[in-house]
Amino acid sequence: MAGDRLLQTMSILVLTLSLVALTALLYDIWSDGWSRLDWAFLTSMPSRRASSAGIYPAILGSLYVLLVTATFALPLGIGAAVYLEEYGGGGRIARLIEINIANLAGVPSIIYGLLGLGIFVRAFGWGPSILSGGATLGLLALPVVILSTREALRTVPMSAREGSYALGATKWQTIWHQVLPSALPGILTGLILAMSRAIGETAPLITIGALAYIDFTPSGVMSPFTVLPIQVYNWVSKPQVAFAENAAAGIIVLLVLLLSMNAVAIVLRDRFHKARV
Amino acid sequence: MERHARHFQDELDELKGRLLGMGGLAEERLRMAVRSLVDRDGRVVEAVLTGDAAINQLHIEMDDRCFKLLALQQPMAVDLRSIVAAVKINTDLERVGDLAVNIAEAVRRYLQHPPVKQLIDIPKMAELAQVMLRDSLDAYVRRDLGLAQKVLAQDDELDELKTRVFRDLLACMLRDAATIEPSLDLILISRHLERIGDHATNVAEDVIFMVSAKDVRHQ
Amino acid sequence: MTTLLRPLSTMTSGTARPATPVKIDVQGMNFYYGAKQALSDITIAIHANLVTAFIGPSGCGKSTFLRTLNRMNHIIPGTRVEGRVHIDGQDIYAASTDVVGLRRRVGMVFQKSNPFPKSIFENIAYGLRTNGLTKNRGEMEGRIEESLKAAAIWDEVKDRLTESALMLSGGQQQRLCIARALAIQPEILLMDEPASALDPIATQRIEELIYQLKASYTIVIVTHNMQQAARVSDNTAFFWLGRLVESGATEQIFTSPTEKLTEDYVTGRFG
Repeated sequence: MAGDRLLQTMSILVLTLSLVALTALLYDIWSDGWSRLDWAFLTSMPSRRASSAGIYPAILGSLYVLLVTATFALPLGIGAAVYLEEYGGGGRIARLIEINIANLAGVPSIIYGLLGLGIFVRAFGWGPSILSGGATLGLLALPVVILSTREALRTVPMSAREGSYALGATKWQTIWHQVLPSALPGILTGLILAMSRAIGETAPLITIGALAYIDFTPSGVMSPFTVLPIQVYNWVSKPQVAFAENAAAGIIVLLVLLLSMNAVAIVLRDRFHKARV
Repeated sequence: MERHARHFQDELDELKGRLLGMGGLAEERLRMAVRSLVDRDGRVVEAVLTGDAAINQLHIEMDDRCFKLLALQQPMAVDLRSIVAAVKINTDLERVGDLAVNIAEAVRRYLQHPPVKQLIDIPKMAELAQVMLRDSLDAYVRRDLGLAQKVLAQDDELDELKTRVFRDLLACMLRDAATIEPSLDLILISRHLERIGDHATNVAEDVIFMVSAKDVRHQ
Repeated sequence: MTTLLRPLSTMTSGTARPATPVKIDVQGMNFYYGAKQALSDITIAIHANLVTAFIGPSGCGKSTFLRTLNRMNHIIPGTRVEGRVHIDGQDIYAASTDVVGLRRRVGMVFQKSNPFPKSIFENIAYGLRTNGLTKNRGEMEGRIEESLKAAAIWDEVKDRLTESALMLSGGQQQRLCIARALAIQPEILLMDEPASALDPIATQRIEELIYQLKASYTIVIVTHNMQQAARVSDNTAFFWLGRLVESGATEQIFTSPTEKLTEDYVTGRFG
C-alpha cells in the first residue's frame, strides 16, 4: 500500500515536471513570437530585414512536400501492408521484408536524406526539388504507414471477410470492397501521424539540398523549395534578436499545423468508429 | 407483441383434425352396433366386428404424432396440455371402438334368441352415449368449457338408465328362465354403453384440463 | 374428414419420410489443422430439400465440418482435407474446382450476424455485383426485393433500404444475412448457429424461416441447442470428439438413438 502511494506520488511529480517544462517552453516561444504573428508574416517573402520577413514560401513548400509525401507513401504503404498481411502468408520473403521495415523505422532521418540525395536527386535527376523532398520524406513515412495499415487490417473482423467469401467473392474483391474500406480510418490515422512526423523534419531535406532562403513561391513539383523547419533553423542561426522573434513565430505556425493535423486524425478515427458501431 | 405463424400450430391443428376423425369413426361404429341390435341385422354386426382396423391404425398414428411433437417441439403451457389431452383422448376413443366391438359380439349372441322384450331404454342409452361422445369432442375442438360440463352432467343420467335396464331385465329373468341368456347379453350391452359414457366423461375432463388447467377428475 | 382420406403411408409419421436425392455425399473425410486432426472418418449423406442439423458439444467438430462443405476452411492457412466430398456427384476438393463458384452454390450464414457496414440495399447488392449476376439496376432491385421477401424481412425494411444495415436489430440483421445469401441463388444453405445470439422470439422467426426455406434449398444447420435441432431439422447428425457418432431421422435420434453416446447427450447425461 505504501509502495503504491510512493509510486503514485512519483508519477505525478514526474508528470508535473515535464508539463512545467513544456509550458515554460511554449510560454517562452509564445512571448517571443506572438508580436510577430500577423497576416503579413504569413503572406510575405523572407527578407534581410527581420521586420518585413515572412514565411509564405516556407508554408507553401511544406504543404507541397507533404502532398508529394502522402501521394508517395499512401499507395506504396497500403500495397506493402496488404501484401504482407493478406498474401505474404508468413513466408520467408514476407519475413525478410518485415524485418527490413522494422529496421527502417529506426533509421535516423539523415540517412533517408542521404538515400534521397543518391536516388532521387542524382540517379533520377530530379534535382533538389519538391518531388525529391517529398519522395524522401515519403520513404521516411513509409514504415509508419505500413505498420499502422497492417494494424488496421488486422482489426477488420474475420466475420467481414467470411461474409464476403461466403457470397462467392474473390480474395481481391473481399480486400478491395470490405477489408480496405473498414480499415480506412485506421490507415488514414496512421498516415496523418506519419505526416506530422515528416512536417517537422529538417535534416533529410537539407541533405538533399533544400534552400534556406528563397524569395519566390514554388512553381511546381520540380521547383526548388524550402520548408518551415528549415526557415526557422535559418532564422535561429542569425545573431539579431528580431530574427529570433521571427523564428519563434514560425515555430508557433508549425505547432499549430501539427496540432491541427493530429486533431484531424482524432476526429477521423472517432467519426468512423461511431459510424461502424 | 407481434404473433408469428408457426408451422407447429399447423401440426396441432392437424392433430385436432385426426382426433376428430377418430371420434367420428368411434361414434359411427357405436351407432352401427346399436342399429344391428334394433334392426336385428346380422350383416351389420359382422361389419362392426371386422371393421376395427381403421380406428386402430389411427390410434397408433395419433400416439406417434403426439410422441413426436412432445419430443421435437417442446410444447409449453396450453400447447403442452393440448397434446397431453390428445394422448389421453386418443386412448379413450380407441376404447370406445373396442366397446363397439364388444357390443356387436353381445348382439350376435342375442340375435340367436327371440327378442326378450321391446327395447326402449337401451336405444335411449345409445343415443345418450353418442351425444356425450360428440359433445365431448366438440368441446375439445372448440375449447368449450360449458359443453364439457354438460357431458359430465349427462353421465348420471346414463348411469340411471343402466340401473333401470338392469332392474327391468332382472324382472324378465325371474319371470322366465328361458330369457336369462339373452337378458344377460342385453345387460352386458347396457354396461358397455355405460362404459362408453365414462370414456366420453374422461374426454370432457381432459378438455376442461386443457382449457382451464384445472383437474376435475375424481370430484 | 378430408384428413382421413389421405393414403396411410403419408399418415404414419414414424421414421419413414419422403426420400429426396442425396445432395452432399461425404465419404471418409479427415480434416487437419496443421498436425492436429479435427475430424476423423466422417461419412454422411445429406439429402436435398431437407434440413440436416449437426449437434454435439463445443469443439466436437460440427462447425469445422460445416465449413468444409463450402471450403470456407481454406481461408485459414495450414488446414488439410482428406477423403471425398461430392456435391451433386462433383468432387468439390478436386484441383479443377472453382472455389468462388462453389461458394456461390453453397451459401453460408454465420453465428454472429455480419452485415457489411453499408446500407441494407448494398448488403444484398454486393453478392450480385461481385458475381455479375444482374444486368441492370432494375433487375438488381427486383432480385433484392425477392430475396428480402424470401428471408421474411421485406416488410420491415422496404421503406429504409438506404439505411445502414447496422441500424437493424440482431434478429433483423441475421435475416438480412440470410437474404444476402439467398440473393445469389445458392442450392445449399449452410447455417452456423444462426440463432445462438438471438432472443427467443427472433430465434423462433429464424426457425420458422428455415422451415419455409427447405422447400427451395438444402439446408445444413449447426446448433448447440438440441431443442432447436429437434424443432427445425428432418435429419440430425451427432458429432463427438471429431467423429460422427450417429446420424439419422431427427425423431429417431431424439426418441430412440442407437448409440449410447447419443442417448447420453440428448438426455443431458453427458460426461
